[in-house]
Amino acid sequence: MPDEIKTLSSQLAQDPDSLVFLRLGEMLRQKGQFDAAHRVALTGLERHPHLADAHDLYARILADKRDYERAFDEWDMTLRIAPNHIGALKGLAFLYFKVGDVGQAVAHLEAARQHAPDDPGVAQALALAQGGGGPGGAPDAARAAAAAAEELAPAAPAAAPLEEARVFAGLEGAQEGLLLLDAKGQVLGGALKDPRGRDVTDAVAAYLAGVSHEAARTTKLLGLGRWSGVAAEGKLGHIHLTPPGGDAVLLVVRDRSVPMGRLAIIAQRAAAAARRWLELDR
Amino acid sequence: MTDASRPAGYGPALDLVTRVRGVRGAMLVSGDDGLVVAEQLMEGIKGVAVAALAASLASRLRRAMEAAGLGASLFWHLQCDQGSLLVVPAPSGVLIVAVAEPDVNVGLVRLELLRAAEAVG
Repeated sequence: MPDEIKTLSSQLAQDPDSLVFLRLGEMLRQKGQFDAAHRVALTGLERHPHLADAHDLYARILADKRDYERAFDEWDMTLRIAPNHIGALKGLAFLYFKVGDVGQAVAHLEAARQHAPDDPGVAQALALAQGGGGPGGAPDAARAAAAAAEELAPAAPAAAPLEEARVFAGLEGAQEGLLLLDAKGQVLGGALKDPRGRDVTDAVAAYLAGVSHEAARTTKLLGLGRWSGVAAEGKLGHIHLTPPGGDAVLLVVRDRSVPMGRLAIIAQRAAAAARRWLELDR
Repeated sequence: MTDASRPAGYGPALDLVTRVRGVRGAMLVSGDDGLVVAEQLMEGIKGVAVAALAASLASRLRRAMEAAGLGASLFWHLQCDQGSLLVVPAPSGVLIVAVAEPDVNVGLVRLELLRAAEAVG
């Protein structure tokens, strides 16, 4: 994907009026590079203000950034230009589910189904939303709306990698050697495997719960300022812990073939990605 | 430096570490309970408290590394704006701890800590 992004970027640079910005913006979005995707979509919109797909792309990026008010405006604009635009109908349904207006959400989904009867996302979201009308009452309805919203979310798994994976999108070892934890040892992103390939994410996370507080206390006691990392050498591999922001801790694990100095560089890159992700999540 | 708590035999091991330029002090800490076994620290460093926290951090790191399949921890280094804490566990479970200035030669301190760990056993 990075190569494709490079190719599309160069095509767009050669021909700024090209519609290639739609693919490039979507790809950056899927990689979790929301700021870059935002810039591409906005520049495209300036050149093609009457293109429904450009407004739809921009709305999805805004929704990724949880700017739901502006996302609503953009999807609304998309429908003014192209009243049967499936992306916008689904997007608005998603936002209506988010605010609990199930009636409006279902109406938009019904409209989408009329024009795209084979769209599995629409059918699934409708089924989930209608599942809430049972005898269980309001809590069931709320749960059903939440499930339907999740199904329709612009970053749904079918369209983009899982939220957790996106923390370290594009970084080496994202699924076996990078882990982002909160202060209670809950996993925020990434995963860890031992040298035999077994998933050890939860066990390691549990042992590292509270390590950030402990490191901060030790540092304060010694008058050493703020802690910036813990590098540890093991018999079979190395770890590096970094505080990317707040009480979160980033863990990077590599085998002994990776020198400690290089591990620190890998950890810095991953910490920058984690910091961006944590800021977006706030 | 104060060396009030310095049982005979541990002094040479601590000397290996404290003679490195930029090291503000060294301690031997019981890894099991975080108690100070011996120390050579500059004035103002609260050895007892540092020992307890270092042992607790060492225990967390050891368990996490074992759970990750990386084997026993050989050396770890808490990096801070204004200095570092460097630790090597000896085979007996005693931790050799160094408190250092920010511009210390980490590689050299690591080597001396490993030598001290060997001496302590």
